[in-house]
Order: sequence, then C-alpha cells, then structure tokens
Amino acid sequence: MRPMRLVCASVVAGGLVLGPSTAFAQDNAQSIQQQIDQLRREFDALKQQYDQRLSALEARLAGGQPPPTTATQPPSPPPGGAQPTTAPAGAQPTAQVPPGAEGAGGPTGALPVYGAAAASKIFNPDMAVIGDFLGAAGTNSVQPDPFALGGNHPLPLQMHESEASFQAVVDPYARADFFLSFGEEGVGVEEGYVTFTSLPGGLLTRVGRMRAAFGKVNSLHNHVLPWTDRPLVNYNLVGGEDGISDAGFSVARLIPNPWLFLEATGQVFRGDSGAEGSPLFQTTRRSELSYVGHLRAYQDITENSNIDLGASYSRGHNGLLFDSASPDLGSRVTQLYGVDATFRWRPLQRSIYHSFVGRTEWIWSRRDQEDGLQSGVGMYISGDYQFGRRWFVGARYDRSDRATDASLLDTGGSLILTYWPSEFSQIRGQYRRTNYALGSAADEFLFQFQFSIGAHGAHPF
Amino acid sequence: MKIAIRLAALAPAIVFAATAAFAQGKLNVVATTEDLASIGREVGGDRISIEAIARGYQDPHFVEAKPSFILKLMKADVLIVVGKELEIGWLPPLIQQSRNSKIQVGADGYLDASLTARILEIPTGQITRAMGDVHPLGNPHYWLDPENGKRIAKDIADKFSQFRPNDRAYFEQRLADFTTRLDAAEKGWLAKMAPYKGTKVATYHRSFPNFAERFGLDIMGYVEPRPGIPPSPQHTLDLINEMKRQNVKIVLVEPYFDLKTPNAIGRDTGAIVLVMPPSVGGVKEVTDYFKLFDYDINLLVDAIRKTGAGK
Repeated sequence: MRPMRLVCASVVAGGLVLGPSTAFAQDNAQSIQQQIDQLRREFDALKQQYDQRLSALEARLAGGQPPPTTATQPPSPPPGGAQPTTAPAGAQPTAQVPPGAEGAGGPTGALPVYGAAAASKIFNPDMAVIGDFLGAAGTNSVQPDPFALGGNHPLPLQMHESEASFQAVVDPYARADFFLSFGEEGVGVEEGYVTFTSLPGGLLTRVGRMRAAFGKVNSLHNHVLPWTDRPLVNYNLVGGEDGISDAGFSVARLIPNPWLFLEATGQVFRGDSGAEGSPLFQTTRRSELSYVGHLRAYQDITENSNIDLGASYSRGHNGLLFDSASPDLGSRVTQLYGVDATFRWRPLQRSIYHSFVGRTEWIWSRRDQEDGLQSGVGMYISGDYQFGRRWFVGARYDRSDRATDASLLDTGGSLILTYWPSEFSQIRGQYRRTNYALGSAADEFLFQFQFSIGAHGAHPF
Repeated sequence: MKIAIRLAALAPAIVFAATAAFAQGKLNVVATTEDLASIGREVGGDRISIEAIARGYQDPHFVEAKPSFILKLMKADVLIVVGKELEIGWLPPLIQQSRNSKIQVGADGYLDASLTARILEIPTGQITRAMGDVHPLGNPHYWLDPENGKRIAKDIADKFSQFRPNDRAYFEQRLADFTTRLDAAEKGWLAKMAPYKGTKVATYHRSFPNFAERFGLDIMGYVEPRPGIPPSPQHTLDLINEMKRQNVKIVLVEPYFDLKTPNAIGRDTGAIVLVMPPSVGGVKEVTDYFKLFDYDINLLVDAIRKTGAGK
C-alpha cells in the first residue's frame, strides 16, 4: 500500500505547490485545474489497478490456486543495509541480504520477510460463537437445575453455554475443528479434533476430543437439538448433557453395498465420560479405555423422505473398584446398547416451509456395582413439524430407569414451540412434565434464546 | 516378515497402477446444481458421466446434507460448485465425509465455477447480518447470464482436459460448438427482449441480477425485505406502494418460494406473478441450459405484452 500513500502524498503536495501559483495569474487556474484532474485520473487509474490486483489475488486464494509464477525482480539494494522492501501486490515482501554475508557463508539474494503480509488473515479459521440462554419457571424439587444431571442449585436463568467454534483446513490431508464451550463459570473443550480426510481405504479418521457416535442425541451439540433440554434417558443412562465425550480416536468406514448408505464407526477413548460427580465412565488405571461402536444405515425413501437407522454399543469402566483393598484389580464395567431410528420428510420444492422429523432411541444399560448388576432401559420418541418458514412445533415422550438403581423409573413428556427470526437466531418454549420415581411430579416451562455470530455454519441434518 | 513389509509398501503403487489402468473410463463428475451439470454435459459429451446434487426446483441455499450424496461424492473425479458461498450450509460436511481427496477444497478435482464469471453485487464497506443472509463474496446466482455460461463452460473444459489430456481436442471442440450455439441463441434472446429494455420488475429473492443486466430488466424491489428474511407486512406494503408509483406490472418468483405474499401483491397492484425458474429443472420443460433462457424469456415477453409493462 506504500505506493498508494506516496501517490496520495504527491497529490496533496502537488496541490500545495500548485496552490500558491494560482495567486500569480488567473489564467493559470485552468491549466492547474487540468493538472489536478490529470493527477486525479492517474491516481484513480492506479487505485483501479490495485483493486484489480487485490481482487485477482483474493480470487486466487479463494480458489486455492498457487500464487503467480511470474517472478518479480527484487529491487536494487538500498544503500546502508537490509531494509525490508515492499514488493508489488501479490508478491512476498523481501529483504536484501547485507553485502558480505555471502563471503561469510551466509545466504545470497533476497530473503522473505515473514509476518508482514496482511494476507496471513486469510488463513485464520472460520470462527463463530453461538449463545445459548436458558430459563425455567415452575417447580422441580427433585432436580432444581432443570438442565443438568444431579444439579441441585436452582438456576431459573442461565447463560447456559457460549460455544466458540474454530474450523479450518490444516493441510492437504486434514482439517481441524474446535468447539470451546464457555459456561457461566469455566471453559471446556467440548470438541477439538483433527480429521484426516483422504486416508486410503475410505477411512475417515478423527483424533482428539469428541462427542462419541453413540446413538443420535449423544453426538449432537446443544444448539442443534430440537429441544431446550436432552431426553431423560440421556440424563439417566448416558452421562447427561456431556454424555459420552472423551479424548481418543475415531475411525469410520463406509461399507460398500448396492442398496444403502452403511457406515461403521469404531472409537477408542481414554475412559472418562459423563457429568462431574456422577460419571458414566471413570478410569482407575491406564488400561481402562472405553469403546464405542456404531453402525448407521441410511436410505432415501423418496426424494422427499428418508430413513436413518443406527445401532450402538459402548463399554467402559465406571470407577467402582472390584475390591477397595486392592485397587490394582481395577474397576467395574458399564455397558450400553442402543438403537435409534429417524424418519425425515421435507418436500423439496417447499423445503424451507415444511418438514417433519420423527425420532426414537432405545438404550439399555448394564452397570456392574457392588450390589450386583443393574440393568436399566430407557427411551424417548419425538416428532417435530415445521408449519411455516419460521415455526416449528414438537412433542416428546420420555421414559427411563436410573442407571444406579434400575428399579427407579422416571417418565416425562414435553411440548415444544420454536420460532426462527432468521437462520441465525431461535426462540423456543417447552412445557415439560416429569414424573420422578421418588418425589413429586414437576411441571416446568423452559425457554431458550439462541443466537449465532460469525461464520455461516453447516445446517444440521 | 520383510517380504510382507515390502508388499505392504508396494500395495499403494499396485492399487494406483490398477486404478490408472481403469481410469480411462468415463470421467465421473458431480455438480452441485443442475445448471452446472447441464453445462458440464454440453462440454463433456459421452466422455463423462455427470449428476447434480440439488434439484432445480429446490432452494439451492437449503439443500439437506443427506448421506446418499456422500456416496455420490465418494466416487467423483471432479466436483463442480457454484461457489460464492451458495452451498455453504450443506456442501462442506458432505465434502468432509466424502473420504475423497480429489474433491477437497483446493484439490485438483474441485472446480469453483465462479472464478472467471462476472459477479455482481459484491458488497463494499461494512457488511453485517443486519443485511440478512448476505453473500459477502457477491451474488452467487451468476449463471443466469449466457456470457457467464460460456466462461463456466471454458473452465469446465479446461478441468476435464486436465484429467483427460487425451480427450482435450474432444472437449475443446464441444466447447467451441456450445459457445457457437449459445452465441446464436443469445442473439435471439436479446432480440426478443430488446423492445422491452428497461422494463421494471420486482423479484422475490435476489436471484436475477445477472439475468436483468444481460436482458435489460430493471429490478426495482424485492418481496424479501432482506436476503433470506421472509416478507414482513410493512415491507410488503412499501413494495406495493412503490410498484404502484412506478407502475410495475411483473413480479418474478422462484419456484421454491411461497406464492401467498406475491399473489397478494399481484392482486393489489394488478401485476402478473410469474413463477420463473432460475435453474435448469426448475420446471419440467426446462431440461437444459438453453431451455432455461428460452422458457424464462418467453414467459417474460408474454407477460410484458399482456400487461403492457414494457411501455
């Protein structure tokens, strides 16, 4: 941009120099005006040239094309040493090596100057922040915090989560995705992983911290859920809001067949998942890894409707020692089995106005405890209908045993109304009734304001 | 053991050699829209197989990222995209899950068709979402200008030739043929529209700036108050008043938008509401890129004659 500034300065300077001369003769005024016009034209031409170069450069970067191969002549070395010089737009700024360096075994010619290019911003990741504000009215004596497993502090209003996402391509072989979740207190890495996009054998591999591919709801972030909360079965059997979310590896492969989309996913995690205080999986030894396996089958029924089926399995240690006297023996095991089904309908020609999603998940938990094996089961079934470009109505039925005492059965139901002012914000109200196995039933009105800024994310599917 | 390791090391080379041997079959191309698929078909002829992801009658901003599309992308040699963030809501997760290194963004098989096209409405100055779902890189509906159609075809021909150097002459000959036919057709379209240059129209979404620029329409307003924001009563009223003031007699609506508000505007202003496809496949008759302009221009000319809007 320096040449631009130079031109600006010269225009101003020219004006100053030319200015007094107008005092000498009125006749000169016209010629001065012409000269100013001439300068202005030259300046505009230069500006246009720069704009074109800049947009060409942007287009090239956007297209991921290599930089121009035409070599730019390094300018002649300025007297007095290595001053960084501004190269023409599109070229790397360079600095001349001081004379004498060559003889001393140093490099010759021009060296690149790093950090000088404004273009480095282009490689910044896509960034976005999603705010999730939750509120609750009504009474719930069993679970005062309406959105957390075992939360006992009443939180009628909460800035539940501010999720910051950073996503970019790492190199020709991988991309990285980070989702940092800021609660009202503290920050956590909700997910942060690298995905190797082009491994041989059609393997899609992820390494990092991620939400496990157990069923449907467990893998979804809060902001793409069709409810303000998560189903009871997820709170009771699958570790609550965080669910199975851990550091590890994930490998997914498509199973080729002529009939349908079939994907098998295998995941290995460190073995710590679930809510603080009541973990789903907890390790006492390095070898107590947890595992998740998931099989997904998807098929288009018509161009407007499709069916998505899944079967999941997970196994991990629950931190309860076999024998507290000899912790070396390690801890007991919890196993989870799940099946899920999703039916979607969306008429293509009116896809932005009407849609329906029906989903259900069934989860079985087998938890080994000191008092024996607890075998619990839970499920939810829900339907969401979009009846206008901005309006959705939904209902959900919940039913779940508790993991630690399968004789305790909680049930519940919800009605949900969602309004979308735009693609980037959402207002939701949910009436929820829960019948707890112990304690009185809770009638609550939950509401949510959700808003996103920054890069345009992918629409959930 | 050593032999096993050597074999393992050789395996990729063997696989590569095998695929190279079979690779000279048809080039497998996926385009995100039917418009690009139609142009690709013109250029590629029988040396390629091509299919589109979005249907012409669906809103290209809101395509669902269905796993069945992953299966298509997995086998693609070339992916042609409209670009300018048109597909931002659904294409990135599909590409990511395609497990296909050839079509990742920036790879050889990824062709952004917008790079040489004439792009309009590139925002300048500060842009915010208060402007609606604004496209920061410019209006992505650029294919609705036959001149851009030629530019897209040229890029596609170059890309096909890069993958199939032996067929370069074939692709170039087809490109030349397509360009000649499009030139001739464009002359006809321009002649048809010439008497009505400057005709004022309102459109639902900002889908037609390139079309309007090429064929001399004057778009005076939009049914949407901002891109991607559904019509509001106040904005509709303002539009009706402005249409009455300027004597605007035509409202263009893309096939995927609800006709309730446009029809109300039509009743109030006496304007004709035209469902005008911005894409190949938008209506049944529009089966290729030529028929898209044939259909749209006939539709417009008939309506202009009927309403006297061109006077």
